[in-house]
Amino acid sequence: MGIDKQGIDRSPIVFTLDPASGVPTYLQLVHQVEHALRLGYLKQGDQLPKVREVVADLAINPNTVLKAYRDLESKGLTAGRPGQGTFIEGALDQIDLAGVAGLRKSLLGWLTQAEDSGLDSDGIVALFSSTLRDFTERRTTGDAGGKARARRAGGAA
Amino acid sequence: MNVVETRDLTKRYGKVAALQDCSLAIPEGHLVAVVGPNGAGKSTLLNLVVGLAAPTAGEVSVLGGVPAGSAAALDAIAFVAQDMPLYRSLSAVDMIHLTRNLNRHFDTEYARRRIDDLGIAPKRRAGKLSGGQRAQLALTLALARHPRLLVLDEPTAALDPLARHDFMAAVMTAMAEDGISVLLSSHVLAELERVADYLVLISHGQVRLDGVVEDLIGRHLLLTGPSLQARDPDWRIIQDISTSAQSHLLVEIAESSTHGVAPGWEGRPVSLEQLAMAYLRETTSPQTSLAGVAR
Repeated sequence: MGIDKQGIDRSPIVFTLDPASGVPTYLQLVHQVEHALRLGYLKQGDQLPKVREVVADLAINPNTVLKAYRDLESKGLTAGRPGQGTFIEGALDQIDLAGVAGLRKSLLGWLTQAEDSGLDSDGIVALFSSTLRDFTERRTTGDAGGKARARRAGGAA
Repeated sequence: MNVVETRDLTKRYGKVAALQDCSLAIPEGHLVAVVGPNGAGKSTLLNLVVGLAAPTAGEVSVLGGVPAGSAAALDAIAFVAQDMPLYRSLSAVDMIHLTRNLNRHFDTEYARRRIDDLGIAPKRRAGKLSGGQRAQLALTLALARHPRLLVLDEPTAALDPLARHDFMAAVMTAMAEDGISVLLSSHVLAELERVADYLVLISHGQVRLDGVVEDLIGRHLLLTGPSLQARDPDWRIIQDISTSAQSHLLVEIAESSTHGVAPGWEGRPVSLEQLAMAYLRETTSPQTSLAGVAR
């Protein structure tokens, strides 16, 4: 279907999907916007692709796109302007370089400890991912205001 | 408003029950995938919804209580049957002319523009068009009636992957632009993951699972743990693949459950395809009582 790729009001970014990633489609869209913000592809005031454009490009359900845009809006990253579309509003919290260096140092200490206890790198990755998963899930279920990710609690809306 | 509502809907052909005691309440605004093996009763359900078949027992209404098959229902529903029915010797222009004269409301301008956008030669006979173009032409004729509910029976079964993508993109665009609801049947599970946000799973003429996909995914979980580990009474086990050491479970977590998964079990979210497969398997295993399955 003919979408004008030269259009002036077209968004600076375009979404793609990785069907093999196992990440839900709406989350892939959210991640791509966040990623584009971090890397400077998107700046304040930029427009996100219109819902019908995303739908026509990717052949996905419009409700999925709306869900992603609602998610971004609730994070304070975007704002919807009635009749116009969705625009970048906020910036992602950037952690400064000193902060990164500090975290890296403590992680290196932990890695040495893990290796000394006999874990190889595959084992370290497995331990880290399962702990991270538990950590984020405990936080989402503990946080009453957090998304309807009541997966663990079972009480889906 | 519910776009489709059925109560104890049953359709028998002779002694064979093609659909049995089907009760559904599908809200508007979704793309509803009716999924199941061949001969499960998908087409029967669709035919009852559009009014091409009359129920043996039970009730079916559309678009907020309008009886299926009534004039008001026919005006607001567009149906594309399996195999994209077109007169093969008629051209796109002829088909538009014919469809306009067979319907009370038809947007000729929209249909012509869409044929033009798709690059379909207006004078070429439908039989000479590619499979993808025929499907798009049939969809155009359906959409030009500006329905509130679009019903598609196995729309992409005969299409190559590219034509399939373009067809679904066109359906989704109509959804985004005009807010229509879509009911489609398919036995290809994998391609529904991105498009369907409401699932109706049918096998052997009965509804096994139905609901908003997000809710269904949210209340099921894939679990891996030691076989000897105690199982939570809040779990209803849909699929159990166990050896002496390890168990892989697909469980439905009771709505009343408030605690997380016990340590020792590793939980992962389930995909729509895995979920549908597990429910289809469950209904074919002899030891499962159907009463426990019907929701």
